[in-house]
Amino acid sequence: MDHAVEVRNLVVDRGKRTVLHDITCDIPTGSVTGLLGPSGSGKTTLIRSIVGVQVIKSGTVTVLGSPAGESALRRTVGYVTQAPSVYSDLSVLENARYFAALHHRTAADAERAITDVGLGTAKNQLAGNLSGGQRSRASLACALIGDPKLLVLDEPTVGQDPILRADLWAQFHALAAAGTTLIVSSHVMDEAGRCDRLLLIREGRLVADDPPAAIRAAAGTDDLEQAFLTLIKEASA
Amino acid sequence: MITLATAARILRQLRHDRRTVGLLIVVPAALLALLYFMYDGAPAFDRVALVMLGVFPFVIMFLVTSIAMLRERTSGTLERLLTTPLRKLDLLFGYGLAFGLAGAVQALVAVAAAHWLFGLETPAGSVLVAVVDAVLGMALGLLCSAFARTEFQAVQFIPVVVAPQLFLCGLFVPRDEMAGWLQAVSDVLPLTYAVKALAAATVWRDLAVVAGAAVLALILAAATLRRRTG
Repeated sequence: MDHAVEVRNLVVDRGKRTVLHDITCDIPTGSVTGLLGPSGSGKTTLIRSIVGVQVIKSGTVTVLGSPAGESALRRTVGYVTQAPSVYSDLSVLENARYFAALHHRTAADAERAITDVGLGTAKNQLAGNLSGGQRSRASLACALIGDPKLLVLDEPTVGQDPILRADLWAQFHALAAAGTTLIVSSHVMDEAGRCDRLLLIREGRLVADDPPAAIRAAAGTDDLEQAFLTLIKEASA
Repeated sequence: MITLATAARILRQLRHDRRTVGLLIVVPAALLALLYFMYDGAPAFDRVALVMLGVFPFVIMFLVTSIAMLRERTSGTLERLLTTPLRKLDLLFGYGLAFGLAGAVQALVAVAAAHWLFGLETPAGSVLVAVVDAVLGMALGLLCSAFARTEFQAVQFIPVVVAPQLFLCGLFVPRDEMAGWLQAVSDVLPLTYAVKALAAATVWRDLAVVAGAAVLALILAAATLRRRTG
């Protein structure tokens, strides 16, 4: 399979407002795809549509060959929400063990996922007592336990220091090299260069869908932030 | 399996919150003590205290569960759980098991206090009735939390759900002295049967009605859990 995710003519309304206008894109298997755009542009709505928790108005979203949200996909798709969704009144390890049980994994798998996100020394702390960055890594650990084929991460690097951010990106690429497909949303442009492919979204419309090099070339600048500004100006012109 | 893991997870959350555990166990017995001293040996104590053995677990579990479920919703853990292989009934029965167990401990302490400390004639099945009442409160709490977006709304469901059942259960005015239409309303409120089960001989039939209402509320709660939202 070439594409882990295929989105066709996706339209999503939230309330009376149309949040996504006719989005069509493909996400290649085993790649790290960055989903970028200003806040309020529809990144989270697109992510929720791919995970299958968003009511959509029209269009189709196909994930690993099945319609998004199919029950079989719940075993193969990992989702990390923007706000770290772990139980603040449980320790990191207790959280991880619960998610391990949901995916029929062992306590050892839970320990491994915690070590993988660099929380080994904090595993017995209550999630509610962790720093924001640690808590979002605890949330990430819970998604890694099930060895998902598709891992969807909504702003996973917010609040992380530069060293940890580098570690997380190294881990994302290691997962991709092992065949996992990753979708990572961010509004930090310096992270865009680390992705294999970029989707730039603005006001619910896709502005660019290319590898970083192609986006730099199209805008005629090496600076991705500048390139995005140029593309957005061209799109609204 | 996932049901048991979910129940264990909820009990672990409770264990980290010692004050809540303490309050859950002590409050019903302490309130019974208050009634005991208030009635000061008057015979009405027996009737009121017996009804309260059923009412306390119902009210407390309703409150605890609606807040717990609301926290699952607002913290995003509910949406996350619904993207995992967990089935909706795993979650609801997980809550049922965990809070049923907590309710059992609470009921044991309350009935023991009523029996030995306050000399109440407690029928043989009192603990069981109290546990089933706790489960009913929990099930209604799960159901009502689906209709509450905020903590303020969740708290407002307490008077809405609890007060009419308490008023019409026969504690304040005997049921056969009520107007016909009030009796009819009383007939469809599950707490009425919980109180009857504590007071009368027809324990099993009334208990079955309460348990049936709890299961119905759980199934309705499952129907209100949506994997996809706008």
